Amino acid sequence: MSPNPPEGAGRRGLIALSWLWVGAPLAYGLYELVRKATQLFTG
Amino acid sequence: MPPAALSVHLSIGQAYAWSVFKAPLESSLDISGTLSALPFQLGIVMLGLSAAFGGTLVERNGPRWAMTVALVCFSSGFLLSALGAYTGQYWLIVLGYGFVGGIGLGIGYISPVSTLIKWFPDRPGMATGIAIMGFGGGALIASPWSTRMLESFGSDSSGIATAFLVHGLVYALFMSLGVLLIRVPRPAEGGAAEDATAGVGGVQVSARDAVRTPQFWLLWLVLVMNVTAGIGILEKAAPMITDFFAGSSTPVSVSAAAGFVALLSAANMAGRIGWSSTSDLIGRKNVYRVYLGVGALMYLLIALFGDASKPLFVLCALVILSFYGGGFATIPAYLKDLFGTYQVGAIHGRLLTAWSTAGVLGPLIVNWIADRQQEAGKEGPELYGTSLFIMIGLLVVGFVANELVRPVHAKYHVKEGVHVPEPA
Repeated sequence: MSPNPPEGAGRRGLIALSWLWVGAPLAYGLYELVRKATQLFTG
Repeated sequence: MPPAALSVHLSIGQAYAWSVFKAPLESSLDISGTLSALPFQLGIVMLGLSAAFGGTLVERNGPRWAMTVALVCFSSGFLLSALGAYTGQYWLIVLGYGFVGGIGLGIGYISPVSTLIKWFPDRPGMATGIAIMGFGGGALIASPWSTRMLESFGSDSSGIATAFLVHGLVYALFMSLGVLLIRVPRPAEGGAAEDATAGVGGVQVSARDAVRTPQFWLLWLVLVMNVTAGIGILEKAAPMITDFFAGSSTPVSVSAAAGFVALLSAANMAGRIGWSSTSDLIGRKNVYRVYLGVGALMYLLIALFGDASKPLFVLCALVILSFYGGGFATIPAYLKDLFGTYQVGAIHGRLLTAWSTAGVLGPLIVNWIADRQQEAGKEGPELYGTSLFIMIGLLVVGFVANELVRPVHAKYHVKEGVHVPEPA
């Protein structure tokens, strides 16, 4: 259903990039969550 | 494949952050709170309907087609909403975000499910847990991001329109990763061998036949009960913790209650990946025994001793919310065990009508009872006592339904690509 997937270093780079693509915004969301959740103990 | 699935689920999970737009819309377009909730409510209804009716199309046309449809619908929903906010035409926001965007939610939600199970046939719980965790994570990202955007662009109709426009464009770009990367495994890749993708005992059942089996409706009941119980806490989390400790020496402040809600979101998300992965080790039926049985026990602890100890109250609520998330994430793997991967995406889509049902049932029970108790002059934990015991009852019903789940009868099995029903 798609062209041949890249192999070797290209494949590893693509995997790293795709995890960064979704991981960066998720890390931002988690950071904001932790910031807010600590209010339960300090607020 | 997991990042491809996450790019879609992290985007459509924005739906749970719709509340950020409610107050600005109400003040700028002079509409009521009920009306400002309409795009979200229509979106959730459309999610259930498009997942139920579009599931077969998703199976037939593949995950890339499904993700493309999800991208186009979800992003166009925002662009239409931007036009609606800019011109002051609220109906365009309802049509855009609720109807068009809602189709994107439903198709997007089910788009990676069967593909992920085919890539990870030995760990279907973990595979679908990753994706469905993304749906929980979507709101965590969107809520602060949308708030900051409204602070920058302004909360008037022009500012809201710009925020909608940016959402539409950014989500289109973000979801394009999923469209580009998603693909079903070739026979030599992953573990997509026919026996591995079949259900327990080599079973494959079509979506049309699955809805005729008692197993489908038992799981439908299990999901309704588990989700209703979770929503029971989610819906009233902030006022609930405040009321429970209002008369104590350590009352809960508004900001601490907000922190409690945030912590529940974290438990919901962690439960999706954690419990769903655990189900690969202990089995689907056992993990639902935990969700429903231990969940009922947690509700009982809150009802009996919740007001005596804040840590106990918080801990029980966190466990219940982790089960709520786990219930969502484990159900596709349970369906795979029972019906195989032949049309598991379509079957999952049909089962999501349970979500829509619970979405109405849960808030209705908790709000209606709390209002009646308030009218009767009750206050504090007494406002929630009846609701908590109803939730325990619902979880027990779900527990019994789970116990009744048996392997699917051979007359529903698909054989060599052709459905050959056996005599009844």
